[in-house]
Amino acid sequence: MEEKRVEDAEFIEAVPVHPLAPQATAPYSEWRLIWRSFRKDILALFGLGIILILILGAIFAPVLTSYPEQGRGDPNILEKFQPPSLRHPLGTDYLGRDVLARMLYGGRSSLTMGFLVVIIAVIIGVPLGALAGYLGGWVDEVIMRTTDVFMAFPSLLLALAIASALGAGFINTMIALAITWWPWYTRLVRSQVLSLRERYFIEAARSIGLPSQKIILSHLLPNVMTPVWVQATLDLGSAILISTALNFVGLGVQPPTADWGNMVSQGRLYFIDRPWFAGSAGLVIFLTVLAFNFIGDALRDAADPFLRRT
Amino acid sequence: MAALLSVSDLHVSFQTYAGKVYAVNGMTFDIQPGEIFGLVGESGCGKSVTSLAILRILPGHGRITRGEIAFDGRDLTQLSEREMQPIRGRQIAMIFQDPSTSLNPVFSVGNQITRIIRHHMGYSSQAANQRALELFSKVALPDPKRIFTTYPHELSGGMQQRVMIALALASGARLLIADEPTTALDVTIQDQILELLVELRQREGLSILLITHNLGVVAETCDKVGVAYAGKIVEIGPTSWVLHQRQHPYTEGLLAALPSPRQKGQDLLSIPGSVPDGLSVIPGCPFHLRCPHVMEVCRHSEPGMAAAAGSVDDQHRVSCYLYSSEVVR
Amino acid sequence: MNLQANRTILLETRELTKYYYPRRGLLHTGQGSTRALEEVNLTIYLQETLGVVGESGCGKTTLGRVLLNLIKPTSGKVIFEGQDLSSLDRDALRRLRKEMQIVFQNPYSSFDPRFSMLRSLSEPLRGHTNLQGEALEQRSRQLLRQVGMPEDALFRYPHEFSGGQLQRLAIARALALNPRFIVLDEPTSALDVSVQAQIINLLRDLQRRFKLTYLFISHDLSVIQYISDRIVVMYLGKMVEMISSRSLIDGRVQHPYTLALLSAVPEVHPEDKHEHIQTQRNVPDAVRPPSGCSFHPRCPFAMAICSQEEPQLQQLREDHWSACHLNQTTS
Repeated sequence: MEEKRVEDAEFIEAVPVHPLAPQATAPYSEWRLIWRSFRKDILALFGLGIILILILGAIFAPVLTSYPEQGRGDPNILEKFQPPSLRHPLGTDYLGRDVLARMLYGGRSSLTMGFLVVIIAVIIGVPLGALAGYLGGWVDEVIMRTTDVFMAFPSLLLALAIASALGAGFINTMIALAITWWPWYTRLVRSQVLSLRERYFIEAARSIGLPSQKIILSHLLPNVMTPVWVQATLDLGSAILISTALNFVGLGVQPPTADWGNMVSQGRLYFIDRPWFAGSAGLVIFLTVLAFNFIGDALRDAADPFLRRT
Repeated sequence: MAALLSVSDLHVSFQTYAGKVYAVNGMTFDIQPGEIFGLVGESGCGKSVTSLAILRILPGHGRITRGEIAFDGRDLTQLSEREMQPIRGRQIAMIFQDPSTSLNPVFSVGNQITRIIRHHMGYSSQAANQRALELFSKVALPDPKRIFTTYPHELSGGMQQRVMIALALASGARLLIADEPTTALDVTIQDQILELLVELRQREGLSILLITHNLGVVAETCDKVGVAYAGKIVEIGPTSWVLHQRQHPYTEGLLAALPSPRQKGQDLLSIPGSVPDGLSVIPGCPFHLRCPHVMEVCRHSEPGMAAAAGSVDDQHRVSCYLYSSEVVR
Repeated sequence: MNLQANRTILLETRELTKYYYPRRGLLHTGQGSTRALEEVNLTIYLQETLGVVGESGCGKTTLGRVLLNLIKPTSGKVIFEGQDLSSLDRDALRRLRKEMQIVFQNPYSSFDPRFSMLRSLSEPLRGHTNLQGEALEQRSRQLLRQVGMPEDALFRYPHEFSGGQLQRLAIARALALNPRFIVLDEPTSALDVSVQAQIINLLRDLQRRFKLTYLFISHDLSVIQYISDRIVVMYLGKMVEMISSRSLIDGRVQHPYTLALLSAVPEVHPEDKHEHIQTQRNVPDAVRPPSGCSFHPRCPFAMAICSQEEPQLQQLREDHWSACHLNQTTS
């Protein structure tokens, strides 16, 4: 091919790399900037620590407690209603099971529930939002009216209604909650896509004849995910909270499976004299939701260039 | 005659996550009463930041690190927030590039202007309305009574900018800072607005600091012009002298790069490379990396301002070793 | 300057019209529709640069996109090399996309911030050719050389480049499929003067080397005068004048709007200054365009007939057409 233009090219090579990317191999690393702002928030770091401890506790539950079978559900009637002692640091519940063990195993259920609900809601909600935002027209109308219907119900009531229709149990509860949650993500993604759609690189993609689905998959979705992850983090706490609420009406995760929610709902009958198992479960739920809220808030502030602390 | 505004050796820097940005590095110029001064340069030359510094409305991470801004004998850099309040809007007013975002969309324009009048001058509601209508005619808005009740989004860009100018004049400001006031407007409207500004200078004795990247605008409206590059002025003087004698290589480069019908068929003369981003201080003369006449001395020492060739009583000054041997650093 | 060269027609439009209708629930009432283009008849010759100039609301941006089939016209045709775009099926249309490309006004939003330059430049190639891996990289490097960018730009991301560099990259991407026709939509409006000159020089050089045809859209008359062979002036969706740049520079402009535009441009050199024509009032609403000649409310030479009857484009001389009732009186 022909020679390049000499004069400008020489000087262009002399222009230094933009300092925002020292290695010059990373994409516009929004996450790096977010992390820098995030780590300045003590509460958020505290929250992160708590969650990590809880997750590790849940994973290593069998090793961390001397009563793994009790954690899984085996009763120990002889020792029921024991207050906290050296043998049972958090006491025992109405079936004599070690509360600490129940808590560690309960974490497996509750945390997994939270993560799965949010992930499923994202999987359903995000693509619908992208389709609605990008295609517009009747697709947009149909999807938006559907979300309107779902969002018209108070989320707790909706979750209750669906859960009672499906029945109790881990999977059913998870499905019920995911169905309650997806519309918010659709809305969020749709508004992001509406503004992103106007950017020139999308027009450029259309001008080379890229079909809509490719444009949505390669260009739109990757660029809208940051606010989605922020919202997802905030929702993790709420999801766990609502699954707990379902336990109070007999739905949700059922015993003997350990779950923070059912620990609270079972334990409330005995709460006045023997607060330790409802209390510890309640406390750990409180800490979890608090932690996710701190993390989510800090993420949201960090992700917004205006609120970001430099 | 004492200058109305005198900026001396102004330095402004910003703390960003990419490092410190040196936006203004020794900006020096003054504006006489009743004069239109053009501060012209490309993006990143520090012209907008200078205007924000004058009014002390720099964003949180910006600091004036050195220099003096003398307005009416007082150094604005030394004043507290409380002391700046009576100056902002009253003595020095500012209008911005995009009039549609400068006006509050939920209030009528009449409401917005009377609020300012009452705040600064303490007029009664009646008197303020009267004055508002007067101001609207002053800026040649057709049918001031009707405009009074309209909302910003009902007006075109040109009319919005006129409203902005009226707002700026509402409290009798003596200096108007206009930051790219016509860049967002169509060229025929731009013409009208610029004419309005020149007229206001004639009739009211208003001094104007006009910030722009458009040399044509400068040629047609400004009495004096300062060409800014990398946060300092490289050439300053009466407009016709600067634009036609174009002694500084950057000024020359800018003017030569303008497409004109006379150059049809030939390549445009461009300045190789791109404007500095302010993250590092360039040693020597800030323009030396792109200058066609660069000499050894340019690489390590910064030239001081000296009288341009043929300048009478120092009015036209250039910062370049081609014309002076004075060294700053 | 290719006026004498090839007068083969590359692209033409017939009665091209585009109205935007607001969505009122599920029904389109047709009220409050915005006129973007009205019966535009344009001809673009091979290897020329056709400049389109006008102020906001004149339809120049819409025109560029309709030519590329990014926006569908309300009525009228676009004919590329004898083929009517509206009659082509999806596959034929996709193949035609290779021939026409576009460069946008804002270099900063022209690239997906998450794509490396290699990915952005090879995106068109992956869609239309079966080049893969090493070959894609080779072609991308070649494109970079053609626009004067260093090869290591391939692995960098958009945020690492300045506006001028990004615009060069946007041009490189437009060249990827060897198009014959490129729409340049205000390619230098967001750039500094010194960089603008670099980009314009580059565009002219590329046009010579690759025998390209350009539609250059801009609101900046100085740039349009310099770079175009012929110039189309638009106002509220209509073509009001079409003139060769030679005639324009020689001062043979006829239409009052063009004269107003020229006189409004602030000039550095007093010799370049055109006689001042003051226009009254503001650009009217595209929702309710004036009757008769769209420009009559602002025209200093308006006559009675101007508000009643719309003037048609008439040929004044070779490569000079104007839609103005004043023509009748002089001819």
